[in-house]
Amino acid sequence: MDIGHVAPELTLAVGGIVCVLAASFAPSSRQWITSVLGVGASAVAGGFAVALAVGTRPQLGFEGSWSVDGVTHGAELIVCAATAVTLLASVEWFATDPRRGELPGVVLFAATGALLLAGAADTMEIVIGMLLTSVTGYTLTAYHRGSPAGMEAAMKYFLVGALTNAVLLVGVVLLFAVTGTTRLAEMADRLEAADAIGPALIAVVVCLILGLGFEIGSVPAHVWLPDVAQAAPAPLAGFLTVVPKVGATVALARVGGVLPDDAVAWRPLVAVVAAVTMTLGNLGALWQDDLRRLLGWSSVSQAGYALMAVTVVGTGRLAPAALVVFLAGYAAANLAAFAVVTELRGRTRLDGYDGLAADHPWLAAALAVSLLSLVGIPPLGGFVGKLTLFTAVIDGGYSWLAAVAVANTVISLLYYLRVIGPMYLGERGAAAAPAAVLGQTAAVAVGIATLAVVALGIGAGPLLDALSASRLLP
Amino acid sequence: MLNAVVLVPLLGAGLLLAGRSWSERTSRWLALLAGAVPVVLLAVAWWRFDPGGPRFQLVEDVDWIPSIGAGWRLGVDGIALALASMSAVLFVAALAYPVDLRGRHRQYRAWMLFLETVSLGLFLSLDLLLFYVLFDLSLVGMYFLIGRWGHSDAGSAALTFFLYTLAGSLVMLLGFLSLVLATDPLTFDMRELIARQPLTGEGTRAMLTLGAILFGLAVKTPLVPVHTWLPPAHVEAPGPGSTILAGVLLKMGVFGMIRIPLSMMGDSFRSAAPVLAGVALVSILYGSLVALAQTDLKRRIAYTSVNHMGYTVLGIAVAGAASSGEDAARRLALTGATVEMMAHGLITGSLFLIAGSFWSRTGDYDLGHYGGLAGRARSLTALTVVAAFASLGLPGLAGFVAELQIFVGAFAVYPVVAGLGLVGLLITAALFLQMIQRLFFGEPAGQHADMADLGPREVATLVVLLALVVLIGVWPAWLLDVIEPASRAVLQLTPGA
Repeated sequence: MDIGHVAPELTLAVGGIVCVLAASFAPSSRQWITSVLGVGASAVAGGFAVALAVGTRPQLGFEGSWSVDGVTHGAELIVCAATAVTLLASVEWFATDPRRGELPGVVLFAATGALLLAGAADTMEIVIGMLLTSVTGYTLTAYHRGSPAGMEAAMKYFLVGALTNAVLLVGVVLLFAVTGTTRLAEMADRLEAADAIGPALIAVVVCLILGLGFEIGSVPAHVWLPDVAQAAPAPLAGFLTVVPKVGATVALARVGGVLPDDAVAWRPLVAVVAAVTMTLGNLGALWQDDLRRLLGWSSVSQAGYALMAVTVVGTGRLAPAALVVFLAGYAAANLAAFAVVTELRGRTRLDGYDGLAADHPWLAAALAVSLLSLVGIPPLGGFVGKLTLFTAVIDGGYSWLAAVAVANTVISLLYYLRVIGPMYLGERGAAAAPAAVLGQTAAVAVGIATLAVVALGIGAGPLLDALSASRLLP
Repeated sequence: MLNAVVLVPLLGAGLLLAGRSWSERTSRWLALLAGAVPVVLLAVAWWRFDPGGPRFQLVEDVDWIPSIGAGWRLGVDGIALALASMSAVLFVAALAYPVDLRGRHRQYRAWMLFLETVSLGLFLSLDLLLFYVLFDLSLVGMYFLIGRWGHSDAGSAALTFFLYTLAGSLVMLLGFLSLVLATDPLTFDMRELIARQPLTGEGTRAMLTLGAILFGLAVKTPLVPVHTWLPPAHVEAPGPGSTILAGVLLKMGVFGMIRIPLSMMGDSFRSAAPVLAGVALVSILYGSLVALAQTDLKRRIAYTSVNHMGYTVLGIAVAGAASSGEDAARRLALTGATVEMMAHGLITGSLFLIAGSFWSRTGDYDLGHYGGLAGRARSLTALTVVAAFASLGLPGLAGFVAELQIFVGAFAVYPVVAGLGLVGLLITAALFLQMIQRLFFGEPAGQHADMADLGPREVATLVVLLALVVLIGVWPAWLLDVIEPASRAVLQLTPGA
């Protein structure tokens, strides 16, 4: 047992506590200090994640309840970077909010929850991670108490979450009943040994896909996502559509990795959920006239792509790497897009983006790059993500899923171009004023996220090298 | 050196985007300079290239994603060298040609240079993933070029273009992945893939892979029935944009057919060759017939592209066919296909530039609104007539050299297809003669009878392009000497059963 194995998670949790304490004692003119603390904690946690990635070999920590492997480190880095970018984008947005001091604390707790999900090698830990991300997620969605739309979205988020969290708990309990353990590593052995456990295991699989699918944003538990993307405070909407998804997808992949292929057909089931999710998300996004809602639906469809990696986890060498690289590319692009929306003071109607390239060339370029990355245009991060995903699923024998994903990618271009096209090809209405911007700090967030989108594509070599050696524990 | 060929235009594009205060004149000269450097470097490459040496020369190899075997790999064989040089010349011509840039000259030229980087990189690429990356990026560049500087309905034409060709290229990507996954350890290195012929004897999987790759390339080429994105894209694009689209981007599809399925999957290609020849024949006939029916100048030229690409693909199908003892004919057809690509690029590129001149003077492409221009616009008449005659395959011009070789090869292997294909040649001749007659001869008539002649910049650009067409037509040996060994090398790998 080595406490160092959870250094990033501890840093985030302690950072969150420090933020809340600082917010209680600092005078209202100094509440900004918690933003500094929050960004600092994410940076330190990210540093620990890098150190762990370099300095440890894959192993189970904490008596088999914590996976120390490349996927955990990858998730830690993604979540820490996403948290830092979110906090930077939030500074000016919440500048006049009386509760701005506590915000970084809640964000850090949410990030901790997502990392608990990502590193968990124990089903109870998955439940705790899920509850922590969910509870903080509701809070963040409704952070503007005066916004009826925000309250409505939070209520929807909460209702769907309460139901699916219960379903997840049922699945975890059933799994315990079947195997007599909550440790994933022991489960794998016991499931290999037992054979007449079909029906119960099917129920477990359905419950887990539903329960974890809530934060993944997969069908049918995706219904909260477009509302939260549209109505949560803009910088937090980016966070909420990215960070929980990272944690929950890795958790599902880990549980899937221990299920025996021959006892229950969980792979085809996940593949079908993936196909339906990406298709439904795309169809939902097609005719949206609200950019944030469009991004919410696109986030549903991206959840479907992420599940492609879960489908083939454990079949080839590439699946874990594909999962992390895809999630990283998606996280960077989605955060960049929401950071642009934030920098444009929450401007969200699509017709408000006509001719944006003339007034704000850099912001338009950042939005265009992030959306093209979500399509999968090379050499951006999203391209390398989809490339490795497609390779992994074809290698794993799910070529049909790759074909569905290709069809969906073409459809998705249509709605992403509904944003990019008017920005570059359209003209701002003569009566409309040039879009106002928020401030420097949010612009820095846009810059960091956009650079990450590009770097994850062009610099994919070292990243994939580091990941290709790792496998998904346990 | 090939790195510089690819990266100098990109550098120029970056400078253009950074130079906010530059005048139109400065940006034009900078763009021309950045665009012309590859021409010079490729001339040096031409000189250093040894036709008797190994197939791929002047190789550059840098790792990109080593864990899946992808890298920044450049190199040339005779076919790639010829196409890259033609493309570089065409880019300079497109940059030099005057066109209404609506005050956004820096961005327009930056996108042009970006497309030059992408196109030259694609022809020089020796890595399948790099090929795909550049194939896709060409769509992005062309989308913005059509959308921002196109005519009235440019937005939707650009969208159709992007959607259609992205669908093709993604299907192609699945094919690439299926091909690459048959190697262990994974590699995207074209030289390795050509040497290993990964899916030989894999039956259904090999055919599905081949089908996916050919589909993607056919959309870009384009072949009937997946050509429908082409006419709107051409009609709405600015003149030089059409030149690049027809002259360079279409070649990516055909070049890909030679480099990828024909070279890497010779075994499966052999069984698919008759089908491909059939599709090529349909493109030849349908393209020429539909072109004949067009009254829109640009749409008519656009459909002749479908027709000409049909000849090229016919040549490739012949080259990959199962036919013992016809090696000389197959090689001739492949060489002819390559020359056809060069000829089509230069000729149709010129025709689209000329169409751009019509638009910039009148804003009208309707053939019925013109007549008797020969009296007023002498340079325009002379240059258009040369380009049109070259396009219909008049002996002494580049198109003839190409089509002669293709048809001689095709008659030896697929005599029926070749015989029917000749009909396409006749229709093309008819439609160009009719076009010339309507535009230039007879009494001055129509709304635009007082149209001004070409300016000096337009004349100079077109004269250079058409001089190359004449040069290839009367003295093709310098070109064939480089292409011929490459054709030989391609077909050595795929002996005709």
